[in-house]
Amino acid sequence: MEERDTYLKSERSQPWREDLRKLISNKERTNMVRVKMNEVDAQVRIKSYVEVNSGLSMEQAQLEASRCIDCPNPTCISGCPVEINIPKFVKRIEQGEFLEAAKVLKETSTLPAVCGRVCPQEKQCEANCFYTLKLKKEPVAIGFLERFAADYEQASGEISIPEIKEKNGVKVGCIGSGPAGLTFAGEMAKSGYEVTVFEALHEIGGVLKYGIPEFRLPNRVVDVEIDALKRMGVQFETNFIVGKTATIEDLKEEGFQAFFAGSGAGLPRFMGIPGENYLGILSSNEYLTRINLMHAAELDSDTPVLSGKNVMVIGGGNTAMDSVRTAKRLGATRAMIVYRRSMDEMPARIEEIEHAKEEGIEFMTLANPIEYFADEKGRVKSVKIQKMELGEPDASGRRRPIPMEGSEEIIEAETVVVSVGVSPNPIVPDSLPDLETTKWGTIVVNPDSLQSSIPEMFAGGDIVRGGATVILAMGDGRRAAQAMHKYLTNKNA
Amino acid sequence: MYEILSKEFFSENVVKLVIHAPRIAKARRAGHFVILKIGEKGERFPLTIAGADRENGTITLVVQKVGVSSRKLVALEVGECITDLVGPLGQATHIEHKGTILACGGGVGVAPLLPIVEAYKKAGNRVITVIAARSKDLIILEDQIKEFSDELIVMTDDGSHGQKGLVTEGMEAAIAREKIDEAIIIGPAVMMKFAAMCTKKHNIPTMVSLNTIMVDGTGMCGACRITVAGKTKFVCVDGPEFDAHQVDFDEMLLRLNGYKEIEKAAESTYLNLNTDSCQIPS
Ligand SMILES: Cc1cc2nc3c(=O)[nH]c(=O)nc-3n(C[C@H](O)[C@H](O)[C@H](O)COP(=O)(O)OP(=O)(O)OC[C@H]3O[C@@H](n4cnc5c(N)ncnc54)[C@H](O)[C@@H]3O)c2cc1C
Ligand SMILES: Cc1cc2nc3c(=O)[nH]c(=O)nc-3n(C[C@H](O)[C@H](O)[C@H](O)COP(=O)(O)OP(=O)(O)OC[C@H]3O[C@@H](n4cnc5c(N)ncnc54)[C@H](O)[C@@H]3O)c2cc1C
Ligand code: SF4
Ligand code: SF4
Ligand code: FES
Repeated sequence: MEERDTYLKSERSQPWREDLRKLISNKERTNMVRVKMNEVDAQVRIKSYVEVNSGLSMEQAQLEASRCIDCPNPTCISGCPVEINIPKFVKRIEQGEFLEAAKVLKETSTLPAVCGRVCPQEKQCEANCFYTLKLKKEPVAIGFLERFAADYEQASGEISIPEIKEKNGVKVGCIGSGPAGLTFAGEMAKSGYEVTVFEALHEIGGVLKYGIPEFRLPNRVVDVEIDALKRMGVQFETNFIVGKTATIEDLKEEGFQAFFAGSGAGLPRFMGIPGENYLGILSSNEYLTRINLMHAAELDSDTPVLSGKNVMVIGGGNTAMDSVRTAKRLGATRAMIVYRRSMDEMPARIEEIEHAKEEGIEFMTLANPIEYFADEKGRVKSVKIQKMELGEPDASGRRRPIPMEGSEEIIEAETVVVSVGVSPNPIVPDSLPDLETTKWGTIVVNPDSLQSSIPEMFAGGDIVRGGATVILAMGDGRRAAQAMHKYLTNKNA
Repeated sequence: MYEILSKEFFSENVVKLVIHAPRIAKARRAGHFVILKIGEKGERFPLTIAGADRENGTITLVVQKVGVSSRKLVALEVGECITDLVGPLGQATHIEHKGTILACGGGVGVAPLLPIVEAYKKAGNRVITVIAARSKDLIILEDQIKEFSDELIVMTDDGSHGQKGLVTEGMEAAIAREKIDEAIIIGPAVMMKFAAMCTKKHNIPTMVSLNTIMVDGTGMCGACRITVAGKTKFVCVDGPEFDAHQVDFDEMLLRLNGYKEIEKAAESTYLNLNTDSCQIPS
């Protein structure tokens, strides 16, 4: 903590920061209004997969950056799971030194272009901004600015490849290529290790590729980062399931000394209600995978997808929002969210909920499906919905939804996407009987070192946390890399 | 990468491929399958590993042309590569010494049956195998199956080879003659449904290997789900083998037809653009 504070103070007292602060008075800064993100019009964007947010212009970014008052105690930083030095990068933007701003992001985050787009800023950095906490005004648009700097760097073609220590010849394996794995791989490569990333699917990127749609996170944004890792010497093996294609034992024999499991929480949950296996009822993973990974909506793709005129999506998280907005883009006339709590409890990012509303998505809150009905071919045609009311708070602190008797209603739907959560991927734990797991199937790790019950196996991201966030997965990848480096240095000393 | 080393036509529509895939060859056991994808925009589809050669690092697949993806695979020539191939997937068959095994294969289901028959035989069981198809030219792997079977019964719908009749008739004949300790059935879903009813009637513990529609094959999507004993199971990770008497075959049959119309349309487009009938050696 102290170390961090000293670092932040010394950074803040750099002459360029001092000068910038003097340029505009705090009063002026705090009187400016928050920038609006440029967006593609809702009626236009629902006809394609174009990215909804088109980014800030340089002028917009610099103006927004000047709202930040460069606080002596930047509370925003403690809201960021990887502790990005927020005022420093924001001030670099104000100054017009955009590549420098990107470098600041890269000090602690491997995928700033991704996080700027998908972090739940309203719960993290921006929730802890001085504007939110003290002034009760709209926070500095940290996420938009992060995206701006990262995009600027990507577009400049001058992606800074971090300095790489001399190769030490030690082989380490990374299981999974989601944000946890990619971050781990980058950090280990920096320290001189020979890193191989094993990925079960034919594409690299985990949820960033197969889950989050193009209109929210274009694949090219992720690919630029993957290219950078390749240039750093990271090897990728796709179509390789650790535990199936080869076991950890096999890989040890091939010289791998330690492993990081970033295998995610990819298993969809269903609700177990009558009729749930009818045709046309699918998990959000299946729906999104068909579209994002298999390109099912494109004419030259061999993968088909079922999508009706009335599409109902069950759930209120990011995955549900991505599914329902995808359905709209596939031509649904009625695309509905059915969520058992109220709007206030909805876990999706606020921006996505707002975008969904603009796109004509219907929200049925305090409602839950209890049975499905099918036509003679077994294809779902309608859903019985039960209304809920909110009772006492449950263990999670949220008010528990209670079914209201006699409130059932039948709603037509030819496609139903079930998006009620995911469980950890069991392949790695199943193949390692000595690996300690929780009753939910997540891998047990030391909270500081992320080391599992098997000393040479580290783990992080959703396989440890259950369904969490991109930035938490990245933070884990980074910490695990630091701990593994220590572990291997001691072991090989 | 995954190069095709040899290609042999069993019939106009059924082809055996030997593919270079050393890691899979080493790791696979009877009952495992792989997922393939051909071309950048190809679909992911499953095929059972019919055999493997660890020394040479190869696996054998037997594929029947039914739609676009299987046709694209069969259209590949020796020396060409499969874009993506991942495995081995699923749970391996639990093979032990049981006594007398009744192994039943229908159509291209005989291919996945072969390694299982071989493994049961090697575990010291007496193996009676029934293979069935619509007509003579659809009977595959007869000689290979025979090598590991104590007795082989061949059934054809039209009587053009072996005995005339359905697979269940061959099964009934074997069951009438001697005590069967366990049965395994692999074939089209309808055939498995009726064959399972047959062994149920005789109280013979039975396994089936299910061929549902799949996408990822790693438990991620749920496309392959079925109901077994009232519970939802994922065929790719929990199976593909299940207790035949607990499977809801009617639901499975409905789910298999989920994409039929789209796929039929895709197939006729594909056939209009590609003539692949010229590949049968004369
Ligand atoms: C549709 C959707 C939208 C989301 N939106 C947001 C959002 O807006 N903001 C946010 O912060 N978070 C969001 N999330 C959550 C976030 O994506 C995850 O928390 C994050 O991706 C977890 O990262 P990970 O690296 O742990 O795992 P994953 O991204 O799940 O990657 C794991 C990878 O490991 C591979 N794998 C698994 N087992 C093996 C094995 N045995 N061998 C080899 N490879 C293996 C998998 O194929 C996968 O590619 C969303 C999730 C989904 C599904
Ligand atoms: C675990 C497993 C192992 C399998 N092993 C083999 C094998 O060794 N050899 C082999 O030839 N096939 C096997 N199959 C079936 C094979 O996967 C399908 O035939 C293939 O996916 C069809 O793809 P397609 O694009 O050519 O046809 P599609 O266009 O997808 O389908 C054409 C027709 O086949 C039906 N169909 C689609 N998928 C399946 C399916 N999985 N099972 C039955 N009918 C289907 C469709 O309804 C349609 O009528 C296996 C399936 C599974 C799940
Ligand atoms: S990484 Fe996420 S939480 Fe951290 S500053 Fe960026 S947007 Fe905010
Ligand atoms: S808390 Fe807000 S105003 Fe203060 S430094 Fe952080 S972003 Fe700037
Ligand atoms: S094929 Fe996706 S879960 Fe089985």
